[in-house]
Amino acid sequence: MALLQISEPGMSTAPHQHRLAVGIDLGTTNSLVATVRNGVPQCLQDENGKMLLPSVVRYLPDGQVAIGRVAQTAQATDPRNTIVSVKRFMGRGLKDVAHVETMPYDFVDAEGMVRLRTVQGVKSPVEVSAEILRSLRQRAEYSLGGELTGAVITVPAYFDDAQRQATKDAARLAGLNVLRLLNEPTAAAIAYGLENASEGVYAVYDLGGGTFDISILRLSRGVFEVVATSGDAALGGDDFDHRLFCWILDNAGISLPSDRDSRRLLMKAREVKERLTLDESVPIRMTLESGDEVDLVIERQVFVDITVNLVSKTLKPVKKALRDANLSPEDVKGVVMVGGATRMPHVQQAVGELFGQTPLTNLDPDTVVAVGAAMQANVLAGNRAGEDEWLLLDVIPLSLGIETMGGLVEKIIPRNSTIPTARAQDFTTFKDGQSAMAFHVVQGERELVSDCRSLARFELRGIPPMVAGAARIRVTFQVDADGLLSVSAREQTTGVEARVEVKPSYGLADDEIAGMLKAGFEHAQNDLEVRALKEQQVEAERVIEATEKALQADGELLNEAERAELDGAVAALRAAAEGQEARAIKIQLEVFNRASNEFASRRMDKSIREALAGHKIDEIRI
Amino acid sequence: MAVTLSDKAATHIGNFIAKRGKGVGIRLGVRTSGCSGMAYKLEFADEVLPEDVVFESHGLKVLIDPKSLPYMDGTELDFVREGLNEGFKFNNPNVKGECGCGESFSV
Repeated sequence: MALLQISEPGMSTAPHQHRLAVGIDLGTTNSLVATVRNGVPQCLQDENGKMLLPSVVRYLPDGQVAIGRVAQTAQATDPRNTIVSVKRFMGRGLKDVAHVETMPYDFVDAEGMVRLRTVQGVKSPVEVSAEILRSLRQRAEYSLGGELTGAVITVPAYFDDAQRQATKDAARLAGLNVLRLLNEPTAAAIAYGLENASEGVYAVYDLGGGTFDISILRLSRGVFEVVATSGDAALGGDDFDHRLFCWILDNAGISLPSDRDSRRLLMKAREVKERLTLDESVPIRMTLESGDEVDLVIERQVFVDITVNLVSKTLKPVKKALRDANLSPEDVKGVVMVGGATRMPHVQQAVGELFGQTPLTNLDPDTVVAVGAAMQANVLAGNRAGEDEWLLLDVIPLSLGIETMGGLVEKIIPRNSTIPTARAQDFTTFKDGQSAMAFHVVQGERELVSDCRSLARFELRGIPPMVAGAARIRVTFQVDADGLLSVSAREQTTGVEARVEVKPSYGLADDEIAGMLKAGFEHAQNDLEVRALKEQQVEAERVIEATEKALQADGELLNEAERAELDGAVAALRAAAEGQEARAIKIQLEVFNRASNEFASRRMDKSIREALAGHKIDEIRI
Repeated sequence: MAVTLSDKAATHIGNFIAKRGKGVGIRLGVRTSGCSGMAYKLEFADEVLPEDVVFESHGLKVLIDPKSLPYMDGTELDFVREGLNEGFKFNNPNVKGECGCGESFSV
């Protein structure tokens, strides 16, 4: 019996018409999946009751892939094949990635996006992310008992087109239908129900495991506009753990602990940090492998003192974002706290002091982004009643433009335009008789092409010879609801046209994606065969059982030789069903059907005779 | 006869309604659809309709339209956990057969 969930009034789904939709927070350090069940959003747990899936993927030599905690434990022993924080590489070239030299990976600089050489060959960040997404998809499908209709996946507000496209490709590779990409701060605001609140400016302070982001959002007429973003890509909760770890080493007089001891101490530090959120002082006791004893007590105030400069480091980007947005802290109506590290009281206090108000902390900061995404997914999948339907619009984070003479950028769609949107602008030729024009689509706020991100190039050919400045070429930019762009150029007098879908300039070409999808299909073939075998086995069992019943009831319809033949066929079928060959079972089934044909028709005759016996012809209803 | 809620079902429904913030109870019903004839309806109820048959169980209102009642009389609604999945289950004495997936049934 399938398990049911409570629907909104009038929204019960018919059988087999589940619209299971999830929200996925694909984080740098941890990822989560959430859904709306019985009208209540909730995060889904794995078999061990854990919600957070560490965003770690390990490629093993035997072709297996470990994801999450299992992979995380191998980080120290197999760093090259254990990929952490892959989100930093999404849609990024080698030159875009900060601190390459300190990372343990074997980078391959492919055109556009960096690749990683692992024991299972060269992997793109898209493939690595897809492993994480696939794991979350499986968890969701087990938890919800059905296939997913679609997912909303969150991305940082500052992600450019290439990074967004990479995220979408990863989802596609993981077999997920992406309903929408949603900005993380926007998702957090949705979880707090701010889209129903009065209009105004909100700040989202997101201190994750390894990254810090601050976003300033403006809500007007149901549209969240990202006014400014800032942050620190190398600052997060892990740094607080590390400070505490150093403090323990100092005070316990330990120098250079072994790798294993370091790991244990670091885990201890994290646990102590978490306990200090509630307790004023926490004892730290541990015996190391080296025989050293740790026996300390830490007061909350000491922890605050050793980490206070980390907190103030987060406030600088906050001030910068406010300055960029031309706002002062008093203009902010509400502050949303995201990320487990914002549980620390001194972080909340510092943020509260800066904005002059108590930040919103009543939702779990670890899950708030995933929950907001789940709520949006629920709406997009059509699971909410019509009356309170809300459609959330998003904006493009960076201006989209085109290169003009001299390497300058002409912006066509300014940043913060609500999407979907389309804009057009006319251009003309530069030289007499110019018959072709090259277009270079870029994204960014800077004036020079070299400072912006290149998205695509295409050419318009077949412009009729005209004097310079006479041709009128209309360039149209279109951005769909996911923030993805298509560009077309059309010469107005002759109608020659050229267009380009902005496909990742990060260089994951279509045939590569096709190749990866094909790999997925090969597995599908495998799955299909297993399924076919199971189906045949079930069918064989069903037939055998039915035959035995029939023989018991009407065995006298067969003479001995016929009976022996049928028994033989049953035995042969049973033997085949125990094997592992779907085809063999199928053949036996056909043989059996022929053998049992005569018996079946005699039974049919018999039951008709019984039904007709003693009735007149006009009593029989047909 | 009546339609009742198990202890667990009542606790969960109470919580869901509290979190949802509104609702007078839940509405149960059957519809003709699915591969085996009929399917259950399980919804939040925002108002009691004049024709509704109302049962009270564990202090919660269970609303059923009179047409559905004969198919579900004596049913107990339970809340169960199966592996990672959890949800509501109808223990309906009227059911004679179910489709393979268990989403629809016949009486």
